[in-house]
Amino acid sequence: MSAFWSAWVSVIALAVILGCTWLLFATRKSEKYKESTEEKVGHEFDGIEEYDNPLPKWWFQMFLATVVFGLGYLVLYPGLGNFQGLLGWSSHGQWEEEMQHAEEVYQPVFAKYAALSIEELQDPANETGLRMGQRMFANNCSVCHGSAGTGAYGFPNLTDSDWLYGGDPATIKESITNGRQGAMPAWGAVLGEDGVRDVTAYVLTLSGADNVDSQAAERGQSQFQALCAACHGADGKGMHALGAPNLTDSTWLYGGSFEQIAHTIRNGRNGVMPAHQNLLSEDKIHLITAYVYSLSQK
Amino acid sequence: MSTATEHPTYNYKVVRQFAIMTVVWGIVGMGVGVLIAAQLVWPALNFDLPWLSYGRIRPLHTNAVIFAFGGCALFATSYYVVQRTCQTRLFSDGLAAFTFWGWQLVILSAAITLPLGYTSAKEYAELEWPIDLLITAVWVAYAIVFLGTVKMRKTSHIYVGNWFYMAFIITVAVLHIVNSMAMPVSFLKSYSMYPGTVDAMVQWWYGHNAVGFFLTAGFLGMMYYFVPKQAERPIYSYRLSIVHFWALIATYMWAGGHHLHYSALPDWAQSLGMVMSLILLAPSWGGMINGMMTLSGAWHKLRTDPILRFLVVSLSFYGMSTFEGPMMSIKTVNALSHNTDWTVGHVHAGALGWVAMISIGAVYHMIPKLFGKAQMYSIGLINTHFWLATIGTVLYICSMWVNGILQGLMWRAVNEDGTLTYSFVEALEASHPGYFVRWLGGAFFLTGMLLMAFNVWQTVRAGSSVKAAEPSAQTA
Repeated sequence: MSAFWSAWVSVIALAVILGCTWLLFATRKSEKYKESTEEKVGHEFDGIEEYDNPLPKWWFQMFLATVVFGLGYLVLYPGLGNFQGLLGWSSHGQWEEEMQHAEEVYQPVFAKYAALSIEELQDPANETGLRMGQRMFANNCSVCHGSAGTGAYGFPNLTDSDWLYGGDPATIKESITNGRQGAMPAWGAVLGEDGVRDVTAYVLTLSGADNVDSQAAERGQSQFQALCAACHGADGKGMHALGAPNLTDSTWLYGGSFEQIAHTIRNGRNGVMPAHQNLLSEDKIHLITAYVYSLSQK
Repeated sequence: MSTATEHPTYNYKVVRQFAIMTVVWGIVGMGVGVLIAAQLVWPALNFDLPWLSYGRIRPLHTNAVIFAFGGCALFATSYYVVQRTCQTRLFSDGLAAFTFWGWQLVILSAAITLPLGYTSAKEYAELEWPIDLLITAVWVAYAIVFLGTVKMRKTSHIYVGNWFYMAFIITVAVLHIVNSMAMPVSFLKSYSMYPGTVDAMVQWWYGHNAVGFFLTAGFLGMMYYFVPKQAERPIYSYRLSIVHFWALIATYMWAGGHHLHYSALPDWAQSLGMVMSLILLAPSWGGMINGMMTLSGAWHKLRTDPILRFLVVSLSFYGMSTFEGPMMSIKTVNALSHNTDWTVGHVHAGALGWVAMISIGAVYHMIPKLFGKAQMYSIGLINTHFWLATIGTVLYICSMWVNGILQGLMWRAVNEDGTLTYSFVEALEASHPGYFVRWLGGAFFLTGMLLMAFNVWQTVRAGSSVKAAEPSAQTA
């Protein structure tokens, strides 16, 4: 803040506080009535009159007390423009202090588990570590993946063995740390509406559906091999490296009905798993990974 | 409608219109409030309809109760009070009629656009830019009518109630125009002119002063007329009026920063927000004291007069919530209360307990006089309304205190390993009983409003018009 605005803020703020105080003293009581009075001030409005009572003493004192507290606060803490206050307090400073304190107290707790591998953390002896992971999952992941990790429409189920990017500890940790950007392109313009429905029919046969138009599925197969196989594989079993889902099982992230699949092919999908490396420390991600890994190990 | 008691010099038509719409919009606004309260208990009640979803009709509720119900109450009483205390007719009947129809159009536009999802996303200022322009036009007309009437007054002084009404009208104009500055991109879409933190500060400078000037100063103007009038006692202290008026309007301006504690708002603005909020306690209480002490010598009237009961209890809730507010603005307390239901309860202590109760009392006072009747159709029903409103408010506030403190404590409970003890959804589950009690409180309050509508309807349509008991007023 420039010196001008700093002065502007300080002068107006103090003028308001001191002005109120002046008014308080100036109006406190008249010379004539020190105590309550039946005297009126002489105006009358639609039958309403006004007494000339002095300010209630307790109220006067309460007002002064808040003014004194307020001025004291502004001397000790930042408030009057650029003046930082005698205590040197700042909200950022307080935050850093608390973070440092937390680091000192909790770092050893986490360090103990950071030294163990994800597999070792599955040992019942390290149950406490998994519980810590579970609590952090509840506060950071459950909004999308559900409190039990069973997922929701558009958000993968973490308790089954079907993984988009792979379910080994290192891959799970990578997903949490750096996030994932799923990208199923929209094929509506390329395939045309008939093409979309043909490919949908073929995709349905991959997971063993038998009530599909077999001719359409046949037409769709060649389109699939040309356009989809690059990611989903010639056999439709998907590819972990690209996060392309396996289409031959019965797990569907965006629904497995004909219309839902057609919608996915026509308009594409853009699933996002946010990166957590700047939100959670490495040790915390380690424990969350251990917990997520444990979900599919039962 | 009888015109037999129509005062020859006063424009009561616009007052009658606004008074009736106060009741109508009160029922609509509180009805929507009860619905969204129910949605928080039973989420299925949004019926998967986008225009019934919580996110869209919550702003409809806030706009309807603040600006439709509260606004009409302020228009009605201010036009009534300014004429009677200045002993002159409104400055312009045409402009006054424009404010009525214009304001109803604003409300109607809000009731259509908000459920459809058109919003500027600024709390308590969600309406899009074309409606903002209409509000500005209506408000300028309102200022001209009110200030013009005061200017033409037949009394030597300006009554204290009118000071507050004037502060409310002028400041709300400034707040509305500054906060609503936006760049339109289409007919119903605009973007705020301010960036990031500045936008947040402007928003809460507006937001808290909407509380301070719309919901406090305006209603203090109401209080200063209807309490002494209904109690038939002089105002306790003219000196107190002066100090608390100037101190109130000077310090309220600064308090908005307390909505942004522990945010990206610079520390100095947060500190000033807190300090001014604390200093605000005494000026706020000045109004309560002046109202309460006005009753000395008339306390016995509370036994028989439920209208006076509404007015006095509204002052008690005013005192309570203006004590609670400064406490919540202290950073240490705010660290617990922020974002919890405590805030919601605090707002409703003011909105139901103070704003709604004093408006209800004022409308009950005015209706017979406006329509030339001796008194309301049923005093017993007013009494029932009073108890429904009081119980409803208490249920609401208490459930939100419990919920708020519970949430605040659960959110920051930490295990030995530094992880949070509870997930968000656990705190939400724990809040469920409180949401039910809150809904029940709202339903009580709404039921009272329905009784009021019936009572007003019966009073207005009563065949035999009785000459008002009011001594026929000052002829100019």
